[in-house]
Amino acid sequence: MELQSQKRIELIFSDYTSSKYKTLERTLERTPDDIISELMDSGLKGRGNVGFPTGMKWKFARREVSDTKYVICNANESETGTFKDREILERVPRKVLSGMAVCGYCIGAKKGIIYLRHEYGYMKEHILKELGIFHEHVRQFNFDFTIELFMGSGSYVSGEESALIESMEGYRAEPCNKPPFPVSRGLYGCPTVVNNVETFATAQVIFRIGAEEFLKLGTAYSAGSKLFSISGDTRNPGIHELELGTTIEDVVNEFGDKNIKSVQVGGASGYCIPQRLFAETVIGFEGLTTGGSMIFFNNTRSMYKLLHEYLRFFAEESCGLCTPCRVGTQQLLLGIEAVKKGEKPVTYIEVLKKLALNMKTSAKCGLGQSVANPFISILENFKEEILY
Amino acid sequence: MEKSLINLTINNIPVSVEDGSTILDAAHRINMHIPTLCYHPDLRVAGNCRVCVVELSGQKELVTACSTAVTEGMVVSTNSPKVRTARKTIVELLLSEHNADCTKCYRNGNCELQWLASEYRIGDHVYHDLVKEEEKLPDTSSSSIVKDDSKCVRCQRCVRTCTDMQGVGTFSVVSKGKKQKVSTFFGKSLKDVFCIDCGQCTSRCPTAALTEKPLYEEVWDALAEPQKHVVISATPSVRVAIGQELGFEYNKHSDAKIVAALKLLGFDTVVDSGYFNDIYIMELCTEFMLRMKQDNEEKNKKVLPFITSCSQGWVSFVRTLFPENEPLLSTCKSPGLIYGALIKTYYADKKALDSKDIITVSVTPCTAAKNETANGSSQGAAEVDYALTTRELVRMIRQSGIDIERLEPDVYDTLMSMHSGASVLTEVSGGTTEAVIRTLSELVTGNELSPEWLKINSLRGENGIKETTIKFTEVRAGWEFLKDKEIRFAVVNGSGNAAKFFNDLKENEHECHFVEVMVCHGGCIGGGGQPIPVSNELIKARSSVLYALDEVASVKKAHENVALNTVYREFLSKAEHQETQKILHY
Repeated sequence: MELQSQKRIELIFSDYTSSKYKTLERTLERTPDDIISELMDSGLKGRGNVGFPTGMKWKFARREVSDTKYVICNANESETGTFKDREILERVPRKVLSGMAVCGYCIGAKKGIIYLRHEYGYMKEHILKELGIFHEHVRQFNFDFTIELFMGSGSYVSGEESALIESMEGYRAEPCNKPPFPVSRGLYGCPTVVNNVETFATAQVIFRIGAEEFLKLGTAYSAGSKLFSISGDTRNPGIHELELGTTIEDVVNEFGDKNIKSVQVGGASGYCIPQRLFAETVIGFEGLTTGGSMIFFNNTRSMYKLLHEYLRFFAEESCGLCTPCRVGTQQLLLGIEAVKKGEKPVTYIEVLKKLALNMKTSAKCGLGQSVANPFISILENFKEEILY
Repeated sequence: MEKSLINLTINNIPVSVEDGSTILDAAHRINMHIPTLCYHPDLRVAGNCRVCVVELSGQKELVTACSTAVTEGMVVSTNSPKVRTARKTIVELLLSEHNADCTKCYRNGNCELQWLASEYRIGDHVYHDLVKEEEKLPDTSSSSIVKDDSKCVRCQRCVRTCTDMQGVGTFSVVSKGKKQKVSTFFGKSLKDVFCIDCGQCTSRCPTAALTEKPLYEEVWDALAEPQKHVVISATPSVRVAIGQELGFEYNKHSDAKIVAALKLLGFDTVVDSGYFNDIYIMELCTEFMLRMKQDNEEKNKKVLPFITSCSQGWVSFVRTLFPENEPLLSTCKSPGLIYGALIKTYYADKKALDSKDIITVSVTPCTAAKNETANGSSQGAAEVDYALTTRELVRMIRQSGIDIERLEPDVYDTLMSMHSGASVLTEVSGGTTEAVIRTLSELVTGNELSPEWLKINSLRGENGIKETTIKFTEVRAGWEFLKDKEIRFAVVNGSGNAAKFFNDLKENEHECHFVEVMVCHGGCIGGGGQPIPVSNELIKARSSVLYALDEVASVKKAHENVALNTVYREFLSKAEHQETQKILHY
């Protein structure tokens, strides 16, 4: 085995086999306010992609007055190149269920729901079995909280929390106007916390080791560690837990093949980092926020094909509701094809760039807003490949 | 509870609005125009088109003015460089997926996308044209509505209108991304899916993706044939509304000038639809009385509530969604059909015309009326040859170059135009019920109606379900079973309220004797063929004009319309004309 330059963290997947929901039992003995304040102290931010402070979200939901509240675990993991939630649910589901239960305890919800990606249907039996064990335990703790499993229907935009809720209510998976945010008006109009699988698992880790211990990892802005899904031109593909605040260079040195010319951080909706920026690009909330997808490309890869594929993906996965995203994605795709074929002048790229930036400011949800991320970062760093 | 005021600034102008208002509301307050497209005052907010984006100080992403609630201290900019470029880009994108062949378009000149294109000076089409050739073939299968997907901007106003307002749900959004579109059930043609032809979608579509099926060219052709005798009737709702497009305000002289205009267009005879509304009220009232008698005599048979059927589209609504209520529907034909039938029989006799040479044209605010015409659908009857909407009549008047206000007043044909105030009321939601109560109470009691019953406030206004109860303390011989009985009347204002009402009726065995249903909100006055734009505010304003017409009418009750005596005596009750049933009923 090669020498590891990167410190590997073992928090999410460690200390599990013996888990009899001891941490949950202990945590439930504390007051909700105490738990939330520890979560806020820990600096934990959402592990999906957006990075909203988790403690704050729970605090907002706790503040809402409502007989019914919900906790939803977003397991619609569909960002290209991410597969960490799948791994968590397969290997350490109890951490996720504990995290959800504590959230329910803190905000006053009696019901949790796991929104599982359609393509993860093979895990259904496994999760249902785990839910059985979980319900037995919470009963013993005299805690009224049940978790259900909801199967998604296979749409990318369902990962957006309001679209996810719409889809659970039986409507088309389309994002809603915000505000109100789900914490105040979510599932069936009730206050709802929607967190990513990894966020719940990490919350459970914090309840186990304490905020202080967690804060020893990462940086001032980006506390703790996080899972990365590493793929592409790598000799070591898979899930790796790393401290936040590391540079792309460190990660490439550790995992990349030779001649890596770029890394796509955050999947299709993320950013392309070219080699010249590896050293200065920090992974974390002060630099690049990411849901954990890291795809390496070596110098044999065509960046045009990559961008084309991403745009094709967006043109298909846009829900079609808002103009900038529905039409913009199609125009970007046709646009780069036309420039490549010489049907449009090279200067047309500037029109497309302007379009992408307008999508960022005017699209209804994160999907449409983020199309500009890969488009502009790939275009600016690999202009020749895109144009000619 | 009084709502607190929120203070904000829009383009540096301070404004205070009630908590819960949107940025768009606040902008309206200070007459600041923010362009919109998917927004419609009658419909739930969508925030799809993004045309109304505005910039908030301190926020990177723009927000939609239609959907964003104001907050204290908000600093809004509706015309910053960022907003302008985003808005222009959005309009350009919309045009790229739109069949922008404006000169050929039915809505050319009254299209919200065209206005936006003009406002933002969209010259060159920078983007790829995304309209597929196959989309350019509109669905013309329905007799009332044309659906042209190549004109659709995906604002979903039609979906919200059809589902939320009308309770029908003919349209929904299907597929995602570039394939996303507004579709009928499995993309079937309109004639093969459940649609009540109300046309509310056509009056709320910002473009020409949904329009009425025009028949005015055919009417021009009929007018050009010298041997044809072309008769027209335009309902009060039409007359009250056309000024919106033709640029005049309705007043007491308008009707006479409209008659003059219709004659100038080439119509041989102009009749007032009110006359036929009065006959309709008589028939409806009689049928209701007989139904109550039947209910009294055959206790084990369900014959009540008596449900009106004049609102076209309502019969197909009942047949599809509440088939158990179909036997309760009135058999009276709609006033429009009564008009056609009497013109081709009684009128033809009187004027010594061959009915084959008569062409009947009716102008109503209704797109569904096209369904019942000889030239509209295959099941159409021969009574009415062409049903035009208010919008089509406006187009004919425009094409003729007539300036209505400058015309010398003219008069209706005297044979069949006299009408009561009640006849005007049938055009507003609740009005048919008021008209029936006026006649019913005098027929049952033999006494003059007490004046307070000339204006039944509980049956007026915007509510979705309106109710009233009457009780007769004195009755004429034969109607003893109605003495001191509470007769309950209900009005369903808009088909969107019908499901709730009938489900409630079924579950709670709520007693009700008479139900008036108008599929369009507000009644005929809010019909789907009225000038565009439409809004509940406009409907309210027009309704008040109709109520005023009733107030000034010298004859207020259908049964007091003496002209009816003549037609009943001379024609409808004669032995050789035992066709009454056929002429006036289904």
